[in-house]
Amino acid sequence: MIRAALATLMLITPAAAQDRVVVIGGGLAEIVYALGQDHRLVGRDTTASFPPAVNDLPDVGYMRALSPEGLLQLDPDLILASEGAGPLETIQIMQAADVPFVQITEAPSVDAVMERVEMVAQHLHAQDAGAALVADLRAAFATLAHQTAQVTVPQRAMFVLSAQGGRINAAGRDTGASAMIELAGAVNAFDDFAGYRLLTDESIAAAAPDVIVMMDRDGDHALSDAEIASHPALGLTPAAQNGQIIRMNGIYLLGFGPRTAQAAHDLHKAIYPSLAHQGG
Amino acid sequence: MVALSFLSRGPDAAVAGDRAPRARATLAALSVFVAGVSLLSLGVGAAGVSLSDVAWKLASGEALSLRERVVIFDIRLPRLLTGLLVGASLAVSGAVMQGLFRNPLADPGIVGVGAGAGLGAVLAIVLGGMLPAALLGVAGMHLVPLAAFLGGWVTTLVLYRVSTRRGRTSVATMLLAGIALGALAGALTGILVYIADDQQLRDLTFWGLGSLAGASWAKLAAAAPIMGLALVGAPVLARALNGLALGEGAAAHMGIPVQRMKNMAILTVAAATGAAVAVSGGIGFIGIVVPHLLRLAIGPDHRFVLPAAALLGAGLLLLADMIARLVIAPAELPIGIVTAVLGGPVFLWILLRRRGIVDM
Repeated sequence: MIRAALATLMLITPAAAQDRVVVIGGGLAEIVYALGQDHRLVGRDTTASFPPAVNDLPDVGYMRALSPEGLLQLDPDLILASEGAGPLETIQIMQAADVPFVQITEAPSVDAVMERVEMVAQHLHAQDAGAALVADLRAAFATLAHQTAQVTVPQRAMFVLSAQGGRINAAGRDTGASAMIELAGAVNAFDDFAGYRLLTDESIAAAAPDVIVMMDRDGDHALSDAEIASHPALGLTPAAQNGQIIRMNGIYLLGFGPRTAQAAHDLHKAIYPSLAHQGG
Repeated sequence: MVALSFLSRGPDAAVAGDRAPRARATLAALSVFVAGVSLLSLGVGAAGVSLSDVAWKLASGEALSLRERVVIFDIRLPRLLTGLLVGASLAVSGAVMQGLFRNPLADPGIVGVGAGAGLGAVLAIVLGGMLPAALLGVAGMHLVPLAAFLGGWVTTLVLYRVSTRRGRTSVATMLLAGIALGALAGALTGILVYIADDQQLRDLTFWGLGSLAGASWAKLAAAAPIMGLALVGAPVLARALNGLALGEGAAAHMGIPVQRMKNMAILTVAAATGAAVAVSGGIGFIGIVVPHLLRLAIGPDHRFVLPAAALLGAGLLLLADMIARLVIAPAELPIGIVTAVLGGPVFLWILLRRRGIVDM
């Protein structure tokens, strides 16, 4: 009885629900902002960096090495965490301290994006905003599907994660990058292995990707067009010869959050410039 | 050969007896230091629960809040005890190794015990998911520490078998075989790192840097008896290690059961290091800096160096842990970074001041 009454009360006045929320995982943080619930956040982990405002929140460290005392310092009444968050000892201490620790799937797929939005909305008692966001996302993904349906000859795309010392680390199947390439209406040039791998020059030449996709970043891992052109294997690919090199913001491209439909759309436009023009 | 010069530093050895009062005073001071750091470690932390409040409430019979109880009894206390035991184990292992090998560079890392333990942990992180569910359920979160301990243990056994012939263990063979085993364990670890996925790589990195953040009563219960036993047993070795400093032949003539003592020293190091690496990951420099600091301060007599190493190692590791958890709160630095950043310069300073320690 009392429980039910309390639950109703919380539904009527969502602000009375948890208002000291720590979010662990960049994608989840984006969802909290997209739901307009960011005023209830008191902390985030290192992987959260969008929107920029999230950087003003205290950082509790890397999501897989959370400090129990650091979390308790923020006096949270709810922790929304990506599946991979840990370690287990920290989660157990949160349970001992009566702080709800909710783990949410981090799979890189469209269905999982919807599931994440719904889960976050439910735990923040913002189901209305959640339903609206899911509807928006569904519409965006439908538009995207409509556009990619026009692709007759799928391009073979390669996602380069890093190129330290000239060794190329690329995405195989079952990766977020691979899923984005498919969402954009292309195929991953490397689907014979799962996860990220360092490639030999020969395997790059054999895969002959039409497009190279990278994160735009600086430092050791960055590759300029000139470096790609002069790379023994990358330089010979159709992608390098035709200048089909696409750089996108890493979290935007691989975050699998509220901006994923837009990111996939951008990637689609970049891979198929002429098609995107026709499609509007 | 190698290190008579560093263990007994020439003329000083003749007046070693004169150092006893100084050594006793140092031991007393170190005990106070450890007690102070322990109290501080219980009292400070990101969550802002103060020890005096909790002590007052306990004394007056007032109920503690859930938050206070969790922070003091589930977070800080197991962490404090783990830090004490791990710090003491690493420092004592280092001191015993240096004495046994009569080599100032000896450290559990160099005879492959650390690399073997590391290989065990990496195996568990990368391949643990392939274990049958039933076995995983039993081992659970203890899989990585357990595997690290087994890795260290197996490495030590192999090393021991390789370097023992007709009941005699050759220290030189053991040192070289340890380096080879370490390289082998490193290569196997490399293969595993190559096949690991991104998430596992991140786990490996953090494990390798060491942390006391995962301290829990369950882990402590598994590792504390092993470390405790090794620490209690270590002082028995003191006289033998002093004798060994003069060479094995001289030690035997002094009536020291050399082979038995060597066995015991190796067992002590394997147990203490394996268990320490298992609960806290890779923490560097304690094992090498602490014994050297103490030899400078109180001389080479193992009867004092071993207990003093336990105290100083424990105190320094707790201090490093406090820095690790306060400096970027609410996040935490891996403690291996703190010990290396503090230990590296200190070690260089020792070398610059006393080049003679390692000049042979």
